[in-house]
Amino acid sequence: MRSSRGISHTHVGSLHAPDATLAVRNARDLYTRRNEGVSIWVVPADAITTSDPDAKGAFFESPAGKNYRHASYYTKSEGVKHL
Amino acid sequence: MSDTIEQDAHGHVDTIQLSAELVEAASVASHDVAEYALWLGDDSLVLAQNLGWWISRAPELEEDIALGNIALDLIGHARSLLHYAGAESGRTEDDLAYWRDEPQWRSAHLFEQPNGDFAHTIARQFIAAHYLFELYSALMQSTDATLAAIAAKAVKEVDYHRDHSIQWVLRLALGTEESRRRMITGLSDLWPFVEELFVDEPLIDRLEGAAVRPSSLRGAVEAAMFPVLAEAELDVPRGFISSGGGRRGDHSENLGPMLAELQVLARAHPGAKW
Repeated sequence: MRSSRGISHTHVGSLHAPDATLAVRNARDLYTRRNEGVSIWVVPADAITTSDPDAKGAFFESPAGKNYRHASYYTKSEGVKHL
Repeated sequence: MSDTIEQDAHGHVDTIQLSAELVEAASVASHDVAEYALWLGDDSLVLAQNLGWWISRAPELEEDIALGNIALDLIGHARSLLHYAGAESGRTEDDLAYWRDEPQWRSAHLFEQPNGDFAHTIARQFIAAHYLFELYSALMQSTDATLAAIAAKAVKEVDYHRDHSIQWVLRLALGTEESRRRMITGLSDLWPFVEELFVDEPLIDRLEGAAVRPSSLRGAVEAAMFPVLAEAELDVPRGFISSGGGRRGDHSENLGPMLAELQVLARAHPGAKW
């Protein structure tokens, strides 16, 4: 669902539908009841490849403790403007 | 269906929605225009009440919400139309919804027809939404500013109702042998009630320019429905035509029990707020 022009689509939920055409309509009926969006994409569940929740450590722990990867880690040199 | 709804936890949505169409309607409808607004308001309210039955009973959860949304759209139209219709006689939309007996209702027979199975409901939606779409499209040109404003808002919503029904007609008709059998039965059971939608009652002659002449809608409604039926490999049903009479207060046996359910609470506790 994209909430307005210029914003990325974000995931809003899952639903059942017999085909893609009806999936868009079901999504409209379920997720735009309160004026939430201007655009809907639907993707069949079997077209989604996901990361393995059990491999969370190997996948996502590496950045921990590497705060030099954040710009805020570095002190600003004197006299540099517009940073 | 009353102004007490604005006290609802969800804010003032209902009152804002209603006043938008009625903002320029400091004018009060003439008796004839009020009667015409009753026709349209009763059609919407009766259909909405029927559709509401499906909530928690539809074939799938998604369809529960879809039919519920459609019913809510129709209640919105009914509120605007009955509010306008009642102003002439000093009655509120609630007075008209809860305190009229069957002969005083002006709905056409199509809208009163029972839900039947899902295919019957889809057949009724298919006919109703095509009729309402062409009706409101034409009513936007009404010389009555309030009717034109209500139509302009409603037409976008019934356009979606039309699309919803088309999607299901195609899938049921071209689905399994069983779904096709049910779609054919549903369509032929509901088709006798199409004719009444295009009957010009004497009231229409007195409302030239303000009301839409029902007979003038037939061409557009059929031109929109027939290609869908062809795509769904369905024949246009022929045969028995209902005698109609809803606009004069002659109703099918279905309206009475439905009104009893619609009105029982308001009549048991007059003036109750919730």
